[in-house]
Amino acid sequence: MRTLDHKLLRDIGSSRGQIVAIALMVACGVALFVAMLTTYQSLERSQRAYYDAARFAEVFAHATRAPRSLGPRIAAIPGIDALQMRVVADVSLDVPGRDEPATGRLVSIPERSRPPLNDLFVREGRYLQPADRTQVLVSEAFADANGLRVGSTIGAVINGRRQRLHVVGIALSPEYVYAIRGVADIWPDSARFGIIWMGEQALSAAFDMKGAFNDLAVTLTPGIDTQTVIERIDALLARYGGLGAYDRTDQPSHRYLSSELSELRVSVVMVPAIFLGIAVFLLHLLLSRQVGTQRAQIAVLKAFGYANAVIGLHYVLFGLLIVAIGAVLGIGAGLWSGWKLTHYYAVFFHFPILRYHAGIELLAATVMLVILAGVAGSLSGVRAAVMLPPAEAMRPQPPARFRPSIIERIGFRRVLSVPTRVVVRNLERAPLKALLSCTGLALGVATLVVGRSTYDALDLMLTHQFYAAEREDAVVAFDRTLPLRARWELGRLPGIIRVEPFRAVAVRLRSGHHSRRVVLIGLEDDASLRRIVDLRGRVSRPPRNGLLLTGKLAQVLGVTPGDRITLEVLEAAKPTMAARVVATVDEPIGTTAYMELGALDRLLREGPTISGAYVAADARDRNVLNAALKRLPAVAHVAFREQTIENFRSTIAEVLAISTTLLITFASVIAFGIVYNTARIALAERGRELAVMRILGFTRGEITLVLLGEQAVLTGAAIPAGLALGYAISLSLSVAYSSELYRIPATVSRATGAFALLVIAGAAFVSAFLVRRQLDSLDLVAALKIGE
Amino acid sequence: MNSTMQPQTAAPAIFHVHGVSKIYRMGEVDVRALDGVDLDLYAGEFAVLLGPSGSGKSTLLNIIGGLDAPTSGNVFFGDWELTAANDATLTRFRRKALGFVFQFYSLIPSLTARENVALVTELVDNPMTPEDALALVGLHDRLDHFPSQLSGGEQQRVAIARAVAKRPSVLLCDEPTGALDSRTGRLVLETLVHVCVDLSTTTVVITHNAVIADVADRVITMHNGRISGMRRNAIKKSPADLEW
Repeated sequence: MRTLDHKLLRDIGSSRGQIVAIALMVACGVALFVAMLTTYQSLERSQRAYYDAARFAEVFAHATRAPRSLGPRIAAIPGIDALQMRVVADVSLDVPGRDEPATGRLVSIPERSRPPLNDLFVREGRYLQPADRTQVLVSEAFADANGLRVGSTIGAVINGRRQRLHVVGIALSPEYVYAIRGVADIWPDSARFGIIWMGEQALSAAFDMKGAFNDLAVTLTPGIDTQTVIERIDALLARYGGLGAYDRTDQPSHRYLSSELSELRVSVVMVPAIFLGIAVFLLHLLLSRQVGTQRAQIAVLKAFGYANAVIGLHYVLFGLLIVAIGAVLGIGAGLWSGWKLTHYYAVFFHFPILRYHAGIELLAATVMLVILAGVAGSLSGVRAAVMLPPAEAMRPQPPARFRPSIIERIGFRRVLSVPTRVVVRNLERAPLKALLSCTGLALGVATLVVGRSTYDALDLMLTHQFYAAEREDAVVAFDRTLPLRARWELGRLPGIIRVEPFRAVAVRLRSGHHSRRVVLIGLEDDASLRRIVDLRGRVSRPPRNGLLLTGKLAQVLGVTPGDRITLEVLEAAKPTMAARVVATVDEPIGTTAYMELGALDRLLREGPTISGAYVAADARDRNVLNAALKRLPAVAHVAFREQTIENFRSTIAEVLAISTTLLITFASVIAFGIVYNTARIALAERGRELAVMRILGFTRGEITLVLLGEQAVLTGAAIPAGLALGYAISLSLSVAYSSELYRIPATVSRATGAFALLVIAGAAFVSAFLVRRQLDSLDLVAALKIGE
Repeated sequence: MNSTMQPQTAAPAIFHVHGVSKIYRMGEVDVRALDGVDLDLYAGEFAVLLGPSGSGKSTLLNIIGGLDAPTSGNVFFGDWELTAANDATLTRFRRKALGFVFQFYSLIPSLTARENVALVTELVDNPMTPEDALALVGLHDRLDHFPSQLSGGEQQRVAIARAVAKRPSVLLCDEPTGALDSRTGRLVLETLVHVCVDLSTTTVVITHNAVIADVADRVITMHNGRISGMRRNAIKKSPADLEW
């Protein structure tokens, strides 16, 4: 080992505190980068492998009842590779051990062969056998949530008849990675909604669908225009109650999975960049300081004939060695947490295939990134070392130039005590350094704010959805439209206090070349359980003439109140008509159109019919009511608001706990890294000055204020800046993530603000305390002897 | 030799140093920097501690100034035992009673001349104004200059103004002319003598420059950690008459 390398190692040893802080920052950035990228790549590969293996369909369509003889004509559409005709129906389930009814989506599968498309992964038990018509396979999430095993029995009301179904297998399907009832639901409710795969013949017989189907799935040959195929399918199914075909982007499960994965991809770039950026800045501070204190050594080396390149390389290596320590830690931690995270997601999504991938190209990219960070951080220090003329370097550094600060020049000089002026002038002398430190800390605050504000937004959405808009105790959905008098039957059930019926109908809205399939909901004019409310709490009434649209829907259709649009009803008589948009409402969830119930009936040219009802019920009669609802054949599903809220809150609480821990860790690393490093460097630069002040009679407390006042000012400035930045990022994320599924409102609660403030102030305080301990061991005697 | 030689005017002793030794551990070896020193310093006198480098004079000054503790022996400031005091008390002692002048000036670079003095006057009751203190050292026209705008001699005079502005009873100077050319050095010495006489401040100057000793009331010579000699100048020279 060359002598210069020994010096390198010893230099590293002597600044280990700062090096640890920088290496940790690099480690955090690298770990996040590696973990998120491996998770993203692994999930994407797993998703693709899963879709391929199960032959996940590409276009989907529903109809009321179409003859199977249509099959060959569909197959003949150019571009269709394979097709699957199925019977699919939602039914009310009686699950052992569960009081309220659950919803089961019965999906037909062939008894004698595996499904040609959307194949199942049997996790437990077996596939169907032709002999028994009551055997079913159950989706894994539903089975787990309800304690169902192979051999369990569930009750189902199939086409008005109670039937017992025997679970022979637990299965997974790419169609239900996210098992969501329909577009109106925002999160999966595994306990109350499950997929039940049943033999084709049994199911067709039960629903009088022999020789018919009501659900179509197809795969396409590569390179074909999906839209053309969709139009051809729609044309064929039009006579049979076709609801409009759609591709994977509108398939609920795929849509949610994709949005989840793309959010992960955004984080892959953003979050690690913050850490590496701060690491570069801190490395720059440390190396500039190192070169400053080693002026004389550099001069001696140059005088002895060491080349500039060798000296430059020496300092570059110093920077690279520090980032290398961080990179090794970070890659290790990143691979480990990527593996854990991929598994966590795989379990959450119920992926049967896991393709964990941490490729060499990822590691190469990480190493390149780290080298780049190391070189970028070392650059200015190295430049200073190389440029130093040996003769000048032998002389001590001249006293630094100062001048009165801006605050003093504009007349506040008298207000500032002399030690305070030291703090202010030091800050002003290196404005870029102050700005970068402050920015780094503000990013730390913003990280906390953004992380927590997601939950503030969810809380706001939850409050809005369940306390302002949906104030019922339960929603009862029928498996078909029923005459309005069903409401009176519902009203006679035990414990029911109020019944508000609704009609939901699938429609397509068109305006110019924009069109959307949405649900048009008819509500009674005086509905008080289910209200149309915007995020500010303003209530709208369902209009008697024309349509009320959610703001997002109006936006995607490019319409404003007063405009006329084309309304195609996709059910029953399928009338098409012109309708006027009378108002919009900013609801955070979904894209829905509203009308007054009676007006909708007239529009559909039906008698008064309803799809279900919002009910208020006496909590004391809950069990009796549940039992009564389970016995009602027309009830497809019942959702109790209280349970939905509780379910949601407990899921959120769990995720919140994990993410809070991570946020505190990351923000603390940032605050510690910046405050500790800048304070240590200030101590190194001004240790003598502070020792002189101690000799002059200043107490330890007083010089601590002079040294750490700078950090206190920066932290103090960073907190409001970080809060504002955090809010701005939340706002831009809420715009970026605003989809037709939901609009996350930008909101930062006081608790979140206080949390961010406390974490950053706490981390800054701990770092300051560590530096303060070093102030106590300041060598006063040595300070007297050293020249400027 | 009588190491506690009285001054001509029977001024009271303000420092008593009794049997002070200081041993530094330098790696594997012990270095005896002070070896049983006894010394009294009297109110209002101008004393020069003279000795070659390594003779222990700086160590002695540091111990008197409460910056360092002896390995054995006691130091009293009046009746109060310095060597038994804790850090907070020593800080208070430096704050109230002492003025320091260093070889390398040690001004705060971010503060002007006036503010460097004010830094100290803000700490005590009844100080001079920074302007008066700077006028005393002849820098009334350099009040708002920063250290980087002052010559070495000017910086050292600001340091003296800073040391005397709080009206200390003792002024401790460690090689105050060490970093200056002889002309500037004479100017600084003149200032020190002037302060000592006008403000009756006990002034202790340590130096290895024997010429400077001629301006002192008393010259204490040190060698190998011991006091090797002590003389009283019958005739004190004026700093202006010194040649080095």
